[in-house]
Amino acid sequence: MLIIKDLQASIEDKQILKGINLTVKPGEVHAIMGPNGSGKSTLSAVLTGNPAYTVTGGSVEFYGKDLLALSPEDRAHEGLFLSFQYPVEIPGVSMVNFMRTALNEKRKYFGQEPLSAADFLKLMREKRSIVQLDNKLASRAVNEGFSGGEKKRNEIFQMAMLEPKLSILDETDSGLDIDALRIVASGVNTLKSKENATIVITHYQRLLDYIKPDFVHVLYKGRIVMSAGPELALELEDKGYDWIKEQVDSQQ
Amino acid sequence: MKENEKPEKGNQIIEEAAQAEYKYGFVTDIETEVIPKGLDEDVVRRISALKGEPEWLLEFRLKAYRYWLTLKAPTWGHVHVPEIDYQDISYYAAPRQKKAGEKKEIDPELKKTFDKLGIPLEEQLRLSGMAVDAVMDSVSVKTTYRERLAELGVIFCSISEAVKDYPDLVRKYLGKVVPYTDNFYAALNSAVFSDGSFVYIPKGVRCPMELSTYFRINAAQTGQFERTLIVADDDAYVSYLEGCTAPMRDENQLHAAIVEIIVEDRAEVKYSTVQNWYPGDKDGKGGIYNLVTKRGLCRGDHSKLSWTQVETGSAITWKYPSCVLKGDHSVGEFYSVALTNNWQEADTGTKMIHLGKNSTSTIVSKGISAGHSQNSYRGMVKIAPKATGCRNFTQCDSLLLSDTSGAHTFPVIEVGNDTSVVEHEATTSKINEDQIFYCNQRGIPTEDAVGLIVNGYAKEVMSKLPMEFAVEAQKLLSISLEGSVG
Repeated sequence: MLIIKDLQASIEDKQILKGINLTVKPGEVHAIMGPNGSGKSTLSAVLTGNPAYTVTGGSVEFYGKDLLALSPEDRAHEGLFLSFQYPVEIPGVSMVNFMRTALNEKRKYFGQEPLSAADFLKLMREKRSIVQLDNKLASRAVNEGFSGGEKKRNEIFQMAMLEPKLSILDETDSGLDIDALRIVASGVNTLKSKENATIVITHYQRLLDYIKPDFVHVLYKGRIVMSAGPELALELEDKGYDWIKEQVDSQQ
Repeated sequence: MKENEKPEKGNQIIEEAAQAEYKYGFVTDIETEVIPKGLDEDVVRRISALKGEPEWLLEFRLKAYRYWLTLKAPTWGHVHVPEIDYQDISYYAAPRQKKAGEKKEIDPELKKTFDKLGIPLEEQLRLSGMAVDAVMDSVSVKTTYRERLAELGVIFCSISEAVKDYPDLVRKYLGKVVPYTDNFYAALNSAVFSDGSFVYIPKGVRCPMELSTYFRINAAQTGQFERTLIVADDDAYVSYLEGCTAPMRDENQLHAAIVEIIVEDRAEVKYSTVQNWYPGDKDGKGGIYNLVTKRGLCRGDHSKLSWTQVETGSAITWKYPSCVLKGDHSVGEFYSVALTNNWQEADTGTKMIHLGKNSTSTIVSKGISAGHSQNSYRGMVKIAPKATGCRNFTQCDSLLLSDTSGAHTFPVIEVGNDTSVVEHEATTSKINEDQIFYCNQRGIPTEDAVGLIVNGYAKEVMSKLPMEFAVEAQKLLSISLEGSVG
C-alpha cells in the first residue's frame, strides 16, 4: 500500500531525511526505532503533509497515488492517520463536533451523505469503548485538560472512528503509565486487520511487547540503517543504539 | 444544549461557510417615501410631524438638534470615520405600504423581504415563541404577538406607536439613561430618531417569549437612527434580541442608534445582538458606519443587566454597551465577540460604572482580527468611593488570524475604595498552525478548521446567546472569515 523511495526532506533548510526507503503491505506492522533526532517524527510529519517540512527529493506512493501531491486532508481521506506525539488542544471545540466534522468530510470526499446525528452518536459510543474513553471525555473540548494518557487514548479513539488504512503511531507510548499503555495497545490491536497496516514509531521496546511488529527498522541520521524481524527490537533493548551508530559512522 | 444537537450544527455551519459571502446584500424594490437630503430645524420638525408626535417630543428633538450643532464628532476611537457630510443624508425613509391604513396586513413585498432574511412575520410560521418587531429604514413594519403579550401587560411595539399609545411611559424614561447631551451621535439620534422598539415589562412578569427587533436598511443614501427603550419593572424578566442587515452598496451608510434600558428592583434584562450590517467589500469599499450608544441603568437593588453581542458586520463599529450599576447588589455583564475581516474597523467594549454597594460586573471580550482589519477593545471599570464591596472580573482576549491585522486593548480601571476587587486578564494569540494541521490530518480543510477553532475560541460568549441566535451567530463567524486564510 505504501512505497517510499529515497525520500528526502528538510525543515528551515536543515536536511533531516536523507533518503528513506520503505515498503508497507496490508496487514503488516512496522516498527521504526532509533535514537533521538534521527528523523522518526519528521518521517511521520512528511508523510501526513505537515507544511512545516519541505520535501526535497524522492517519492511516496500510497495505493498507487502520488501521496506527496495530495493535500493533508486528502491524505487523511485516502486512509492515512497519524496518532500525534503531542496532540494539540482546541479549546471550545467539543470532541463530538470535531469528530462529526472530520467524519463527514471524509464521507463527502467519497460522495456519501453525512451521517445522521443518531447514527453518529451510536458509532461514537461503539468506538469509545475500544479505548475505554468515557462519555464525559468525548463531550469535552478536543484534548483540553486531558491527561497524557487520556490524550493518547483519544488519538486511538479517533483512529477507530476514521478507520484508516495506514496508521502511524508517533511515540504513542511516551508519557504513558503501564495501565494506559495497555489500554492504548489493546485498542490498536483490536483495530488491526488484514486490510490495514500500522507504523509504530518508538524509542523503546516496551510498546512492542504489546503491539507485535512484523518488521523493525532503525532510523539513524535520516536513513534506515537496519531492518530485521521483531528480534531486533529486543537486541536494541539489550544493547542500546551505540553499536549501530558506530557501525554506520565508521562506514561513512 | 443537548449533546446530539451540536454536531448537526457544526456541519450546517461548515456547509454555509462554503457558500457565498454576504448573503443579505439584496435590495427590496419597494416604493419608498424619502424626505430630501439635508438637516436643519425644519427637517426635525418634519420628521416629528410625519410621525404625528406630541409637542414635548418635538421640543426634545429640537433641544437635541441645537445641542448637536455645538458638538464635534469624537475622534478618540481607534477607527477612521471619514468626514461625514450630514447635509448629504436623508433622515427619513419609509417604505410605502400598498395597504396603508390596514395595519394588520403587511405589504407582500415587505413580507418577502423579511422571509428572505429568515424573519417570517406571520405568527404561525415562527418556530418558537419569539415576538418580532421588524423595522425597515425609518419605520416599524410589523410587530408580532402584540396581543398575546398584552394579556400579560407586556408592551412590545414600535417606539412611534408607544409615543401615541403610552406617552406617559415614554416621556418618563426617554433620554433618562442616555441624555441627548451624552455624545455627538447620541445628540444626532435624539434629534432625528425614527423608529425602534419599545418594551415594558410590568412588575413581577416574566416575559414568556423572546422579544426581538430586526433592523433592515434598504433605501440608499439614507441614515438609520433607531431608538430602543426597554423598561423592566420590579421583579420582571425579559430576553431581548436584536439583529440587523443591509444591502451591499458602494457608498457608506450611517447607522447611529440609541438603546436605553432601565432595570428596577430584582428585575433582569438580557440583551443580545447579532450585528451583521454590510461590512463593505474585500477592498474596503462601502459598508455601514455603526456608531451606537447603548446603555442600561440597573436602578433597582439586585437588578441585573446582561449584554451579549456578536459583531461581525459594519465597515466601522463604535459602540460600548454599558451598565450603570446604581442599585445595591446589582449585576452587570458584557459578553462580546467582535470579528473584523478585510478592512473593517471595530472599537468596541463596555463601561461598568459601580455606584451601588456590593454590585458586581463581568466582562468577557473576544476579539478576532483577520485580513487588514483593526479590532480594539475599549473598556472602563469605575467603582465609586461609596460603592463598597464591589467586584469586577474582566477577561479580554484577542486572536489574530493574519499578519496584517491589528488587535488593541484600551482598558481603564478606577477604583474608589479599598473593599472592592477588580481583576483584569488579557491575552493575545495568533491562530495556531499546529491546531490547523491537527484538523487537516483528521480530514478537515483549513478554511473549515479556522471556522471551528474560531467558534471554539468564542464559545464562552456564544453560549450566552439564546439558542436560535447561537446557531445563526456561529454560521456568521465562519462566513465572515471567508477568504481570510491564504
